[in-house]
Amino acid sequence: MLGIRSIGIVVIISFFIGAVMTIQTALNLVNPLIPKFYIGLGTRDTLLLEFSSTVVALILAGKVGSSIASEIGSMRISEQIDVLEIMGINSANYLILPKIVAAMLFNPFLNIISVFIGILGGYITCIVTHIVNPYDFIYGLHYTFNPFYVTYSIIKTIVFAFIITSVAAYHGYFVLGGAREVGFSSTRAVVDSSVLVIISNLILTQILLT
Amino acid sequence: MIEIKHINKSFHQQPVLKDVSTRFDKGRINLIIGESGSGKTVLLKSLVGLHTIDSGEIIYGGNVIFNNLDIDAKRELRKEMGMLFQGSALFDFLNVEENVMFPLDMFTNMSVSDKRERVNICLKRVNLGNVNQLKPSELSGGMQKRVAIARAIVLNPNYLFCDEPTSGLDPKTSTVIDNLIKEITEEYNTVTIINTHDFNSVIEIGENILFIHEGKNWWEGSKDEILVSDNPELNKFIFASKLTRGVREYSKIKKDW
Repeated sequence: MLGIRSIGIVVIISFFIGAVMTIQTALNLVNPLIPKFYIGLGTRDTLLLEFSSTVVALILAGKVGSSIASEIGSMRISEQIDVLEIMGINSANYLILPKIVAAMLFNPFLNIISVFIGILGGYITCIVTHIVNPYDFIYGLHYTFNPFYVTYSIIKTIVFAFIITSVAAYHGYFVLGGAREVGFSSTRAVVDSSVLVIISNLILTQILLT
Repeated sequence: MIEIKHINKSFHQQPVLKDVSTRFDKGRINLIIGESGSGKTVLLKSLVGLHTIDSGEIIYGGNVIFNNLDIDAKRELRKEMGMLFQGSALFDFLNVEENVMFPLDMFTNMSVSDKRERVNICLKRVNLGNVNQLKPSELSGGMQKRVAIARAIVLNPNYLFCDEPTSGLDPKTSTVIDNLIKEITEEYNTVTIINTHDFNSVIEIGENILFIHEGKNWWEGSKDEILVSDNPELNKFIFASKLTRGVREYSKIKKDW
């Protein structure tokens, strides 16, 4: 459900970032020797390599991470997790594992949606503003396309999904105290998972692209 | 029967339970009473394994040393336990029927209709009707406690633990909850352990009473013995209010007659 409820924000942000990226790339390509189709290529590669995996992961760390940490944290302080333990249920397994698996399965779809919508945003910008010929933009999308970039983007998304959900669940699960501490755990979950996403982005890029 | 022997428990080098030993009998209401911070909740949570004791033994059924069991064996034994928490601890994302059905979903292969029938029996047993589809937030405090009792008994537990079941309830509703727990204890022949500082519960249903003071087993007895005890710490706790002092005077007059 958290993944499905994130589609809206991913679509909105991806559309406008794709549009803005197209405009900014076009405005910066002032050298007449550089062909205009590079705008499409730049938009495509930026979306694939960084935006739809890393930036969307940071957005989801805020939305999904805080939601998971506060939900599990509230269950902890209201003794609902103790109820599961008393019943003989492995509470971590019951509460956390499905969230991690669901995010790792669903977030790649969010990534694909983000890339598609971002490119659509760029294309519509070309049509509306005439900043670049739409045919050049589409040619740029095809130009020197490396399919491994898609795999790279999806691998990153899966790793980031694991980081976001597990860090958030950890902070929520081990919260001690009351409502104030649940709030703190939610904040810590967002900060820690964002930092870990950034660091693992560097590591994954080094491993996968070099 | 649950027997505890020489239990010790500390938090951050601060002793909370000090050499506590006692026995909780089957089919009887066993009360743990004491001031706030005396260690009674820690004792109750240690009994069910939510806290790990530093030393001592918790013996279930005469021969199973609970604190020596591995995690899987503990989980197996816990399936025989029902627990009523102070704040009811109903799952707020489930409605009443789903809350009560939850243990059946987890541990039985019953059909949906059988599970629904069992849920309705349990809800009827706690005198609740037409609330199946309501969310816990739509219920009063007393109704939430009754739903929690229904959930605790749905798997026919051998052990029933109640952490301050009447806290935050008015005296009339408290009496309803106390009597309900007593009836269920007799009906299901459970080892029932109630953690409370409600003197009304002590007088209503206390059969075996354990008074914990400063983490120690300070006094044990029945509800009749508690009124005439000469234990100074127990008297300070029990007769702290005008109402309870009045009860003591009344029971003395009644005895003299």
